[in-house]
Amino acid sequence: MPEIRVTPLGAGQDVGRSCILVSIAGKNVMLDCGMHMGFSDDRRFPDFSYITQSGRLTDFLDCVIISHFHLDHCGALPYFSEMVGYDGPIYMTHPTQAICPILLEDYRKIAVDKKGEANFFTSQMIKDCMKKVVAVHLHQTVQVDDELEIKAYYAGHVLGAAMFQIKVGSESVVYTGDYNMTPDRHLGAAWIDKCRPNLLITESTYATTIRDSKRCRERDFLKKVHETVERGGKVLIPVFALGRAQELCILLETFWERMNLKVPIYFSTGLTEKANHYYKLFITWTNQKIRKTFVQRNMFEFKHIKAFDRAFADNPGPMVVFATPGMLHAGQSLQIFRKWAGNEKNMVIMPGYCVQGTVGHKILSGQRKLEMEGRQVLEVKMQVEYMSFSAHADAKGIMQLVGQAEPESVLLVHGEAKKMEFLKQKIEQEFRVDCYMPANGETVVLPTSPSIPGGISLGLLKREMAQGLLPEAKRPRLLHGTLIMKDSNFRLVSSEQALKELGLAEHQLRFTCRVHLHDTRKEQETAMRVYSHLKSILKDHCVQHLPDGSVTVESILIQAAAPSEDPATKVLLVSWTYQDEELGSYLTSLLKKGLPQAPS
Amino acid sequence: MAAHLKKRVYEEFSKVVQQPQEEIATKKLRLTKPSKSAALHIDLCKATSPADALQYLLQFARKPVEAESVEGVVRILLEHYYKENDPSVRLKIASLLGLLSKTAGFSPDCIMDDAINILQNEKSHQVLAQLLDTLLAIGTKLPENQAVQMRLVDVACKHLTDTSHGVRNKCLQLLGNLGSLEKSVTKDAEGLAARDVQKIIGDYFSDQDPRVRTAAIKAMLQLHERGLKLHQTIYNQACKLLSDDYEQVRSAAVQLIWVVSQLYPESIVPIPSSNEEIRLVDDAFGKICHMVSDGSWVVRVQAAKLLVSYTLFNEQRLTLLPGKRTAHERAKELYSSGEFSSGRKWGDDAPKEEVDTGAVNLIESGACGAFVHGLEDEMYEVRIAAVEALCMLAQSSPSFAEKCLDFLVDMFNDEIEEVRLQSIHTMRKISNNITLREDQLDTVLAVLEDSSRDIREALHELLCCTNVSTKEGIHLALVELLKNLAKYPTDRDSIWKCLKFLGSRHPTLVLPLVPELLSTHPFFDTAEPDMDDPAYIAVLVLIFNAAKTCPTMPALFSDHTFRHYAYLRDSLSHLVPALRLPGRKLVSSAVSPNITPQEDPSQQFLQQSLERVYSLQHLDPQGAQELLEFTIRDLQRLGELQSELAGVADFSAAYLRCQLLLIKALQEKLWNVAAPLYLRQSDLASAAAKQIMEETYKMEFMYSGVENKQVVIIHHMRLQAKALQLIVTARTTRGVDPLFGMCEKFLQEVDFFQRCFIADLPHMQDSFVDKLLDLMPRLMTSKPAEVVKILQTMLRQSTFLHLPLPEQIHKASATIIEPAGESDNPLRFTSGLVVALDVDATLEHVQDPQSTVKVQVCQVLYPDGQAQMIHPKPADFRNPGPGRHRLITQVYLSHTAWTEPCQVEVRLLLAYNSNARIPKFSWIEGGEVSPQVETSIEGTIPFSKPVKVYIMPKPARR
Repeated sequence: MPEIRVTPLGAGQDVGRSCILVSIAGKNVMLDCGMHMGFSDDRRFPDFSYITQSGRLTDFLDCVIISHFHLDHCGALPYFSEMVGYDGPIYMTHPTQAICPILLEDYRKIAVDKKGEANFFTSQMIKDCMKKVVAVHLHQTVQVDDELEIKAYYAGHVLGAAMFQIKVGSESVVYTGDYNMTPDRHLGAAWIDKCRPNLLITESTYATTIRDSKRCRERDFLKKVHETVERGGKVLIPVFALGRAQELCILLETFWERMNLKVPIYFSTGLTEKANHYYKLFITWTNQKIRKTFVQRNMFEFKHIKAFDRAFADNPGPMVVFATPGMLHAGQSLQIFRKWAGNEKNMVIMPGYCVQGTVGHKILSGQRKLEMEGRQVLEVKMQVEYMSFSAHADAKGIMQLVGQAEPESVLLVHGEAKKMEFLKQKIEQEFRVDCYMPANGETVVLPTSPSIPGGISLGLLKREMAQGLLPEAKRPRLLHGTLIMKDSNFRLVSSEQALKELGLAEHQLRFTCRVHLHDTRKEQETAMRVYSHLKSILKDHCVQHLPDGSVTVESILIQAAAPSEDPATKVLLVSWTYQDEELGSYLTSLLKKGLPQAPS
Repeated sequence: MAAHLKKRVYEEFSKVVQQPQEEIATKKLRLTKPSKSAALHIDLCKATSPADALQYLLQFARKPVEAESVEGVVRILLEHYYKENDPSVRLKIASLLGLLSKTAGFSPDCIMDDAINILQNEKSHQVLAQLLDTLLAIGTKLPENQAVQMRLVDVACKHLTDTSHGVRNKCLQLLGNLGSLEKSVTKDAEGLAARDVQKIIGDYFSDQDPRVRTAAIKAMLQLHERGLKLHQTIYNQACKLLSDDYEQVRSAAVQLIWVVSQLYPESIVPIPSSNEEIRLVDDAFGKICHMVSDGSWVVRVQAAKLLVSYTLFNEQRLTLLPGKRTAHERAKELYSSGEFSSGRKWGDDAPKEEVDTGAVNLIESGACGAFVHGLEDEMYEVRIAAVEALCMLAQSSPSFAEKCLDFLVDMFNDEIEEVRLQSIHTMRKISNNITLREDQLDTVLAVLEDSSRDIREALHELLCCTNVSTKEGIHLALVELLKNLAKYPTDRDSIWKCLKFLGSRHPTLVLPLVPELLSTHPFFDTAEPDMDDPAYIAVLVLIFNAAKTCPTMPALFSDHTFRHYAYLRDSLSHLVPALRLPGRKLVSSAVSPNITPQEDPSQQFLQQSLERVYSLQHLDPQGAQELLEFTIRDLQRLGELQSELAGVADFSAAYLRCQLLLIKALQEKLWNVAAPLYLRQSDLASAAAKQIMEETYKMEFMYSGVENKQVVIIHHMRLQAKALQLIVTARTTRGVDPLFGMCEKFLQEVDFFQRCFIADLPHMQDSFVDKLLDLMPRLMTSKPAEVVKILQTMLRQSTFLHLPLPEQIHKASATIIEPAGESDNPLRFTSGLVVALDVDATLEHVQDPQSTVKVQVCQVLYPDGQAQMIHPKPADFRNPGPGRHRLITQVYLSHTAWTEPCQVEVRLLLAYNSNARIPKFSWIEGGEVSPQVETSIEGTIPFSKPVKVYIMPKPARR
């Protein structure tokens, strides 16, 4: 029984460290290779030893696909390819390929230079790893090998994010990565055609949420920022360097422009400048508005947003600062936060999801006194706001995507177990498809019934066409032929041709059957009666009375004989070839019922 | 004599009608010419290869073929068709047959048999498709021939089983266009049973080729368009097609569903997966709503657009049937069930206890969500369509208007300006139904800081007609508007106007705010605010307009407020209404608006003074002049006092002035004396003629609402002026030669007049033109001197024509808002280069300013007398309200260097072309007027005050 096996090494009932193994028709594919933000020990990377204890990974994996450049989707890639050892192809889109190394390098710096970790991948490893990358275009079908092909679809979420369809023969799996069904200020909405995969692996970060209009959110955000700034307060927006940051920048930039505001906006970290360069470059991946207006002005060339310097944090007067990282767990955003937290005029806006244990999570849960390093207690007086700007699909968006792709079954990853459970029920109820939500290391086995393509010889087809009307789509039709299985392909040919090809002689197979009839008349007369009887019943068939006294119906021969022992009964000998089995058996059953009483 | 001549006039006219028929007769004689078919035949025979033949055919197709020779050509083509082996040539021939059968005046039924014949033997699919197309052309050409149509439908049915999608497409198209309308067509003798076209087409809804499926749906829609009533069973079929893999199929299916839902709105369909039933119209509504979130944006736009028309149709029904659960209600339940979190608050998204999951069906019930989806769509085309749909629905249902307000307000922050503008306009349209909450008002007002002028002004318009619920709201609006004023001082007028309406709509809400706004204090006198401060004026405008209907308010005013009132009432009378102030007389007795025009004393006065003028005829010239002078004076004064009558008064005064000038000119002494002696004095008469001409042009083009009967009178007056001119010229010039030309021209004018206004001539008894036409034959043959003499006597004898007053008449006017013309700082620029001058003007009562008939022209007059005309682009005009237009454009100036700054004048002109006004007449050869004639400008009328702009072109530095 063919089957699709899916094993999440990460992101199974969990967010972070996305890594999903899929084996489909004998091909093994690894989807994403991410790290976990919450851990700094071995648990931050997926357990690659699951794939193989000994031996090289390259022998077990046909390819690796990276959906987008977020570290929880690509963070473990250099470790996986260089340190564990994988030499096969790695597929990602062009923007991902461009931006991914910047993020990895940044991550490496923090881990090695700041935290002083040993046994971490080096810059050279990142470079070597990126050399193995094969970049793909949207909607381009890439042949990994003779059978395995992959195809990327637009996913929104961040620049270059893609959903991938993995296809072997007629079996296919779609992996969404992270995606967004509502367009935002710089990206469009995810889109997939009706590809009807066997399995759809979808993220489910917001499995229980139906967000209200995004304009509402934007308006609230802008209003809060505007009000604080007008009051003379400072606004801190912790963001991750790429993705939401650009979205919010565009939002503030256009607002500043529309409203003619002069308050400075700063963006920390130099990394963003490099990344912004790529945003300017990959205009085709953005939304309608930016694509249409970039001739006049590239939206990513910010007029009002300037680079941040550490000294600016102490400047008097209002300002807006974007600082990394997004969850306030370290780095510049935390430093600024500590400086500003004491003033109630100031505001911090958390634009996205915060992992448990981070400062961001603490203040969002309402904690007003924070213990910092060195036993300090920081009192938070500034306003804390949460704005969900996360570019993930909400419940409705997920349902919409499922509706668009029409999969045979759905598998949920990248979400919390409790919420998944809820969405699972919804999906099963609405689409009547199976829905799975495996935990890490748990394998889902999905039996498939792949359709096997077979050829039919033209001669046979034409003969069938000539016989009857055109084939109707709704009605099955019987066709006689011979199926030849040779070199793993299937052909349906006419029996004569099959015999010829195989060099076999034809054997005739005839069925004969005796039917006893109670009839006192002579054989000739009995034959005559049989003839007239059949003639009256089988109007569509050619019934003939041959001169030698036998009756033929098409190619079926009926002979009447009088057995010696009982002159009152006649024996009808019915004989037909196996091709006429249907008609022959019908005839015998007909004759067994006896002949109608002849008018004497 | 007169009667006889009139008859002649009519005879002449009727002859003109007959002429084209005669022409056709003469054309028939041309058949002797070497026919096209012969030439084609020779060409085709010469052709050695298919490529050659194709070339000949292509050449042939470029030239038109006359109706008479079509048949011959068709025969030749058919003959060649039978012989031809190359399918490409046959294809071309087939397409030519289709083109030829469309020729006007050719009845294609003779080639139908041949076409059907060759169709049966054709093997190539492409040629087959083309032949079917030809048959379609033939069939549409013979709409009333039932037998032909039946036969063609039969042919189409036969070829429906073809393997090529192109052929099937064409067959379906043929069926859609020609399928019989009545099912029980009288069975013809040939026994062609009327087929159930709908069923046949319906079968192809499940064709394997998406193009054929689309064609089938389109054919079905075509049937509907032709008036065939579609079966209800199609609905279910169409619903299945909504989930088709191909976008063009879905797009067409949405249309079909819409059509069917209009045909059978009240039938009941079951809701799948539940035992409830729902009206078809609601079901379809839900389905179309669902399509707004389709994967393909083409379908989304289509669905959103259909929602626009759908809601119009549907909402009337929704209100009629209170018992039924509507689609909206079903959707509302989903949201109120509260199973999903909104994601607005942190930590809010933990899964809740399950709420009867069976009842909630997330995707199917997307009706309400459709708008949310449409409004958030990636493509702004979809968003605009959704806003429109929302607008339509809200206009018809006040309760929905309240509900959709939040969404609409959200759209004010869209990233595309077009969408923002559209939603503001939409909001204005529904503003009668709604009252803004404070938080909504807050959002709306935030847009006031938008840097786009269009947005701000649209928002001011919106605020003019918005209902605000609380006094805080009013205060907020005022504060925001003042902020807006401070930020963009150019919005001054728009903001004042906005506050005027805001005040007059909410007097009770303004009342408690007055002390705060005027910053009065119960015990102390506060400092008198600066009267020139636009912000202070804005506050006063708000208060005074509120005080109009709130008599208690003036008690709160301090002394200087009254003084300021008096000042503003004078200087900004359009913004400050007359108030009933204690101890003061009303500045002008306002006419209460409930008096009907007939009772209105000023209207009566107008009528009386006009009637008085009609007795003009019986007065001596001196008396007539005086009477006219008085009446003109009266009318002018009336126009100044009563703005609503200004149009009529000015219009009539202008006419009377013309008459006065005419009488004066005829009173001149020069007529009595021998011509050569009085060269000097003739100035007055010719000046009068010129002035009358100008006045008539103004009358014709500067007033909106002028009807044909007025135009006749105006033209008549102009004709008189032209006659006067002719006479004056005749008297003052020596020699006869120039007179010949003038006379001829004048007679042409008369002829033109007669043709244009033939229908109105009977109303013009005893007028100048009436008499003139009587004498026309004599004039035609006379010498110029004689003509002049006749004209002179006729001018004197002609009676004064009564000018019927039009219903609605308004004088076009324009005000240049910017440049203000007050600046002392010259606009400096380097000579030889251009400087852009922003021009902002409002135009009132100008008919289609963009159109070519009347073009507003900016004229720049340089100090050296040089004038430059600028035609604004059509896009520079905006239409903020009925009868009002706004011109915002840039004028490019350039000049050589000046030694010191100087002023240039900018003004708006109304361009006119009197020929363009007159409809095309049949005698114009070929019925075609070249576009240049239509767009040409005959003259211009200045209709705004000139504004002086101080400029200084500097010499270029080397």
